[in-house]
Amino acid sequence: MFTYYLDLALRSLGRNKILTTLMVLAIALGIGASMTTLTVLHVLSGDPLPGASGTLFYPRIDPRDQDSYEEGKDPPYQVTWIDGMNMLHAKRADRQALMTGGSVPVQPAQANLDPFYSDARYTSSDFFPMFRVPFLYGRPWSAEEDDGKARVVVISRKLNEKLFGGKDSTGQILRMKDTAFRVVGVLDEWRPNPHFYDVDTGKYAASEDVFVPLTTSHDIRLEHDGSTDCWGTGGDEEHAETQPCVWLQFWVQLDSAAKVAAYKEYLVHYSEEQRALGRFVRPVNVRLPGLMEWLDINKVVPGDVRLQTWLAFGFLLVCLVNTVGLMLAKFLRRAGELGVRRALGASKREVFMQLLIESGVIGLAGGLCGLLLAFIGLWLVRRQPSDYASLAHLDMAMLLTTFVLAIGSTLLAGLLPAWRACQITPALQLKSQ
Amino acid sequence: MQIKPILSALRRHKAGTFLIAMQIALTLAIVCNALFIIHQRVAHLSEPTGIDEPNLFVIKSEWVGAPGTERVDAMIREDLQVLRQLPGVQDVTPSNSYPLRGGGWDDAIRLKPDQTQDSSGATIYFADEHFIDTLGLKLVAGRNFRADEIGHMDMRYKLAPPMVIVTKALADKLFPAGDAVGKTIYLVGGPATIVGEVELLQAQSVSQWASAFAYRSVIIPERLAISLGSFYIVRTRPGQLDTAMRAAGKALFAHNPRRVINEDDGILSFSEVRSRAYESDRGMAILMGVISVVLLAVTAAGIVGLTSFWVGQRRRQIGVRRALGATRRDILHYFMTENLLISGAGVVLGVVLALVMNLWMVTHFEMHRLSLAYLVGGVVILLLLGQGAVLAPALRASRVPPVEATRSV
Repeated sequence: MFTYYLDLALRSLGRNKILTTLMVLAIALGIGASMTTLTVLHVLSGDPLPGASGTLFYPRIDPRDQDSYEEGKDPPYQVTWIDGMNMLHAKRADRQALMTGGSVPVQPAQANLDPFYSDARYTSSDFFPMFRVPFLYGRPWSAEEDDGKARVVVISRKLNEKLFGGKDSTGQILRMKDTAFRVVGVLDEWRPNPHFYDVDTGKYAASEDVFVPLTTSHDIRLEHDGSTDCWGTGGDEEHAETQPCVWLQFWVQLDSAAKVAAYKEYLVHYSEEQRALGRFVRPVNVRLPGLMEWLDINKVVPGDVRLQTWLAFGFLLVCLVNTVGLMLAKFLRRAGELGVRRALGASKREVFMQLLIESGVIGLAGGLCGLLLAFIGLWLVRRQPSDYASLAHLDMAMLLTTFVLAIGSTLLAGLLPAWRACQITPALQLKSQ
Repeated sequence: MQIKPILSALRRHKAGTFLIAMQIALTLAIVCNALFIIHQRVAHLSEPTGIDEPNLFVIKSEWVGAPGTERVDAMIREDLQVLRQLPGVQDVTPSNSYPLRGGGWDDAIRLKPDQTQDSSGATIYFADEHFIDTLGLKLVAGRNFRADEIGHMDMRYKLAPPMVIVTKALADKLFPAGDAVGKTIYLVGGPATIVGEVELLQAQSVSQWASAFAYRSVIIPERLAISLGSFYIVRTRPGQLDTAMRAAGKALFAHNPRRVINEDDGILSFSEVRSRAYESDRGMAILMGVISVVLLAVTAAGIVGLTSFWVGQRRRQIGVRRALGATRRDILHYFMTENLLISGAGVVLGVVLALVMNLWMVTHFEMHRLSLAYLVGGVVILLLLGQGAVLAPALRASRVPPVEATRSV
């Protein structure tokens, strides 16, 4: 029966080409627009570290003075060197890493390569196991190397290809800012999206090419990048480690709910202790957002993208209302034909099924065209210069969603017209023929 | 034209009538808000910078190795000399930033040293004595810096210049009486005397967060001498921008090769800077424009489709009316009025929807309240669209001959 209905549907669609084209086009436009925006939203609001994100937390404390104090206001987005180092050395979490972004001049040994600047991350040894960073060659540096301000560096796969032709470069020397660093590790392909550990240096930026111990970076005055907020007497980079400025990100890994509670307690104790010492003056104000919550707080998904998604779905709604209207016109116009079918013994149910299959076919056609439009839409998005543009690709889940959305919504749109068409009394139609 | 018979006829097409009205309502709501978004974005991206954009370009030159502050400052001054000698170059100034760059140094301004709440935020521009002339700023009060007043500093977080030049917007905010020159303001590092006032200079960021102090800028007499490098802002003589841009990079490398000038964005003309700064705003405006146009087209197509169906269905009735003496005009008017009634109901609902939608966007997306002009404009557009769309089917209806009355369907 299904194939027969399908055949009927195809014939009927061919009969009124303009109306059919209009319907398919309306659905295609709606689906194309909503799938383009939904895909971008889906890509941008994803989990950067599936499986691990639930155990990562971003401790926040408030070390500022009383200036501009307002009750209930959020603690700063970053930590000072002193607090970061205190918390790092306290080792109260399963793993912890203190870090900041930076930019380093790389001086290649090869004569054919000009010096260039690379994005860098100055961090501590737990960074790599904590964020599940994959290694192609070598290893992360050790905690001892952190303490010893060792001249060691971990580089990205991309930089390894550029400088060492993709060979195992561990043990090689890399010169940066007139200092020799020993390569201890080369990362495999790694690009968490969003760039969650430091949203300030590009929310969807690629991960850095150079990783250097934070202590080392400070020792040889590598330039740091990202926002620096100072208060009171703050403001001398020469003595950044004692300045009242927040400019570092601190992350911890806490493997159980009990540890999360205990860590929060630790933050409160720490703040109270610092208050007793006179370093903190504000009332204790600590937060411990998880990774996904932290992305939310930072509004990592651009407002424009969310707005576009909503508008696209509004657009789809209008297209569907339009399709319902056109389908109604189309089905009712065939009252005569349907009357004959009913008179010849087809039940209301069968007529209803037939018409629904017809709308399903329209939905499928609309979905296919919509998919094409979505591909064009995403291609246009990728040509934009924003840092997330290159991520806009349709994955399997989104492909499936497109068809479910297209056929589902068109079937839904077909319900009313099909039901209306079934209500035709066969006798009346036959009489008027 | 009698409305009652139209209404009773419509009662027989409840579903179709409701669908068209709904579609018009939704379209109105979306188009009104989309047009409003376009207006906001376009207004945003045409805000002036206050500088001589057509003749300006910027160079970002970074140093290789680890030169100290004194050495960097000397190299910057050499670079400025090299650039000034290029043909077509009128003037050059070093700075840490420039308008529309995206981000940089912002500071809090206070009027007293012991104040706990800031008086205003401000963008900080590092400058030498050539800054005002190079950018084409207009000095409206006070004086420019003298060459001997220009200092140099490394990346200290604390700013404490002895004197500053401020924009009129900042001066007016801090000293509404209009006597800012000679007054003292407090930057994070300490007091500074205002020696001059420029008419207009936009902030380096045009994002929402910086809009609170959009035109409030402070110009300080320092060269930022850090090994990370700084910007050279170059003003060329009219029409010589391209030549000077091509020559600049080569000349700098020829003078001192121990530097990095990025291939993609190391040298940018100001029109490129502008288009980068407003990329997302322009993109959003274009997208909203396309959505509006397509939406109106879809709605019009829907009206044409459904009205054509009605006309087809009612051929016999039309024939009867024609036979009973209705003119072609009457038939035309009938369908036009019918559409006007449906569209009227649609736009009433649409106005409510548009306001609800705007209210929702105001709470979620930092939007402004929808102005009434957009609602009125949207209503007019949709009523005209409805009338335009119904014209073709209505004309076809009016051509139905009276003889149709005698035929069976």
